Amino acid sequence: MAYSEKVIDHYNNPRNIGTLNKDEKNVGTGLVGAPECGDVMRLQIQVNEENGIIEDAKFKTFGCGSAIASSSLATEWLKGKTVEEAMAIDNMDIVEELALPPVKIHCSVLAEDAIKTAINDYRTKQGLEEIK
Amino acid sequence: MPIYLDNNATTPMDPRVLEAMLPYFNDKFGNAASRNHAFGWNAEEAVDYAREQVAKLINASPKEIIFTSGATESNNLALKGIFEMYARKGNHIITVNTEHKAVLDSCKHIEKLGGKVTYLEPAVDGLINLEDLEKAITPETIVISVMYGNNEIGVLQPIEEISAIARKHGILFHSDATQAVGKVPVDVQAQNIDLMSFTAHKMYGPKGVGALYVRRKNPRVKVTAQVDGGGHERGMRSGTLNVPGIVGFGKACELCMNEMEEEAKRLSKMRDRLEAELLKVEESYVNGSVEHRLPHVTNISFKHVEGEGLMMGIKDLAVSSGSACTSASLEPSYVLKNLGLDDDLAHSSLRFGLGRFTIDEEIDYAIDHVSKAVNKLRDMSPLWEMFKEGIDLKTVEWQEH
Repeated sequence: MAYSEKVIDHYNNPRNIGTLNKDEKNVGTGLVGAPECGDVMRLQIQVNEENGIIEDAKFKTFGCGSAIASSSLATEWLKGKTVEEAMAIDNMDIVEELALPPVKIHCSVLAEDAIKTAINDYRTKQGLEEIK
Repeated sequence: MPIYLDNNATTPMDPRVLEAMLPYFNDKFGNAASRNHAFGWNAEEAVDYAREQVAKLINASPKEIIFTSGATESNNLALKGIFEMYARKGNHIITVNTEHKAVLDSCKHIEKLGGKVTYLEPAVDGLINLEDLEKAITPETIVISVMYGNNEIGVLQPIEEISAIARKHGILFHSDATQAVGKVPVDVQAQNIDLMSFTAHKMYGPKGVGALYVRRKNPRVKVTAQVDGGGHERGMRSGTLNVPGIVGFGKACELCMNEMEEEAKRLSKMRDRLEAELLKVEESYVNGSVEHRLPHVTNISFKHVEGEGLMMGIKDLAVSSGSACTSASLEPSYVLKNLGLDDDLAHSSLRFGLGRFTIDEEIDYAIDHVSKAVNKLRDMSPLWEMFKEGIDLKTVEWQEH
């Protein structure tokens, strides 16, 4: 199975690797997956509390090239979006952008999960209700 | 092309093997069963000679070699063939849950036909417990099947002790020796092996040809053919013989017989160096016994880094991994799992299989690039970060999906 160029690019030049302070009120953290499954993604967003825009996003991933690329791409897309816009990111957008084969679609699903979990973590901290 | 360190998967053909095979494609192309003309006689002669070369490598008689399409077929023939042939004696098979799928799936098939199978569980080093083996024997047991050397971790089972137990109870002993023949000295007489599977493409021969050794004396063993049609190979495996393949197989065996000792010394030195250097990487672990092991294999887990991702980072090295992401079924290696390893170690494993054409410079390259790739991936790994912070990952509540 040959990787798409975009997956290889994200792997060689991952965007936004790093860690935000999870204790900050304007940081949302999404830790999804499990070591036993071979896939763990941690996605974090830093939100401007006044205008609800995601100012920064960071990720770290334990997983294959497609998982790394999916989460790296997610952080790219998140920056500059509002929290509402970010909720609308669908895993199939990731599949299309990275040309993921069927056997790797679950990596994009996990990335979408990570985004939503991070957003809901932020919302909970802000005293807001979680969005399903 | 990348540097090839995946010789457990397959091996490149030795140029001398290729040379030996060529005449049999379109010059001496006869069917070895054509008894009435020179084309057939030439082919038959070549097969006879190859049969001797193959037999010599394992100290068998040429009459005890049945040519097949490979070790998978040999395993099928051995297990299903014994099950059918010895049905009146019993219907119980003892094997190990870390065997190759060719053995395990044949056993599953036999269970569907009403046979009973006991799957022994090895210890974490991969070795079976001889007491467990003996305890599992019943009056209905007709064969014990234990692989000689494991394809994933390289562990060598105590073959003499196992065959002694089999002999003691009058039970046949079959060994899938695909990874061992040609790499370590195998002697079916001295080691009391009754049936043995092996194949050409793991020992620098062509793909598509293998053999099942079937003992003829003390005891005389027979297997019911699984492929019918003409009665070739003493009625145990019909089908026109793959003459060029068999010629290549014979030559490959001869080369191994002559070069195996030196090669094993050279390869184990390189393997030990590769392993020692890679174990200098923090949180790296060898999987399987290091004392009882094939000379050219090492299987190492690098904690908190996933195998397929790691292989992407060493794209100029061809190796394999026990990670779920690398399997079509998205299941992690069942061999590593059955050793009792946590799944996350299976996902982080790399298997290196050195070979005849591996050179020191390639080992240097592997050491350098694997270490660098592990470090790069750890910088990207949330698990590594958590581990470094002192968090016990076993206590974390993971949000699986």
